Amino acid sequence: MTGSAAPTVAGATRPWHEIMRDVLKQNQVRLATYVPDNVLRPLLDVLHADRDFTTFATTREEEAVGIVAGAWMGGMRGCVLMQTSGFATLANAIASLAVPFQIPVVMIVSERGTLGEFNWGQALTCRTMRPVLDSLAIEHHTISRLDEVEFITDRTIKQAVMTQAPAALILSPLLTGGKVLKK
Amino acid sequence: MSAIDTESRGRGNAKVMNRFDITKRLVAKLKREEAVVGGIGNTNFDLWAAERRPQNFYMLGSMGLAAPIALGVALAQPQRRVIALEGDGSIMMQLGCLATIAHLKPRNLAIVIMDNAAYQITGSQPTATAHGADIVAIARGSGLDKSLWADDEAHFERLVDRCLAEDGPWLIATRIDAQPAVAQTERDPAKIRDRFMRGLGTRE
Repeated sequence: MTGSAAPTVAGATRPWHEIMRDVLKQNQVRLATYVPDNVLRPLLDVLHADRDFTTFATTREEEAVGIVAGAWMGGMRGCVLMQTSGFATLANAIASLAVPFQIPVVMIVSERGTLGEFNWGQALTCRTMRPVLDSLAIEHHTISRLDEVEFITDRTIKQAVMTQAPAALILSPLLTGGKVLKK
Repeated sequence: MSAIDTESRGRGNAKVMNRFDITKRLVAKLKREEAVVGGIGNTNFDLWAAERRPQNFYMLGSMGLAAPIALGVALAQPQRRVIALEGDGSIMMQLGCLATIAHLKPRNLAIVIMDNAAYQITGSQPTATAHGADIVAIARGSGLDKSLWADDEAHFERLVDRCLAEDGPWLIATRIDAQPAVAQTERDPAKIRDRFMRGLGTRE
């Protein structure tokens, strides 16, 4: 269970994607941009279904970073949802826009490439993700358990906003089940 | 054929204009604190030189993201007109954003393309538009019906008036000459962002 200091929005029996939607909403995140991913699908579904969010797909992840950056400057909080391989396209947009301009782009990445990956390309791409985040000193946390979702998501968004810095939430297959090869 | 198809003579007959001159003409028409996002390189240098408005945002990297950033501002502030200024090389790098904008149909967004058919800042290597790519045709194919070439300066000014008065999204493409920008933007990203937010009323 979450620590006693954690705000409570949901019982432990609720699925991760519903908790995450509620925490995004409580933190005034109103714009959800994404390049879709199978693992993210339940979260994308509940965001699309919720009229408090403006939710849409972009053609590339860096396009979504630009949109969320512009929305932040205009007074609307947003997030970018993607899978690991999408994050691998983002180094330029993060390093030349979000970090130097001090814009709190919140990135939510479903982790492919580990714990049973079947695609070697995904496995290699996954190995680039944390080194890129670390090289830019971007705060990132990996969520592995249901009881971590609320606390880590809430605190990460708050810190991103207060410190005017991008941040990444990595959704481990331990939380989501990941993607497995169906035979 | 809709009315808008007959309003422009197309890229082949568009007058080659000057970026600083048409940027000044554009900025002179901004009376309601419209936001302007200047794409990387000479595009935002000439915007900086035209007038240092608090509602101007100057990119210092992230090539191709002027229109997405402007879209974000437009979504956050639907009552404010937002204009993206972008070069031909830059927009060719992020063509998908045209389809995204066509899908969302922000009424308050316009994109102005400065097409000199070259990556001017890196030594004027030819871009795809030098070999026949037509950004208005691409934009229309992406679903942006209100896309057209400016025939000359007077036509450009009339189109800007329409962008500021009528529902968009709009895309105005201009052919420009090879003159370099007249100044260089101060490269201080935190200051640029803070000033822009104050200009948009999101910081006090």
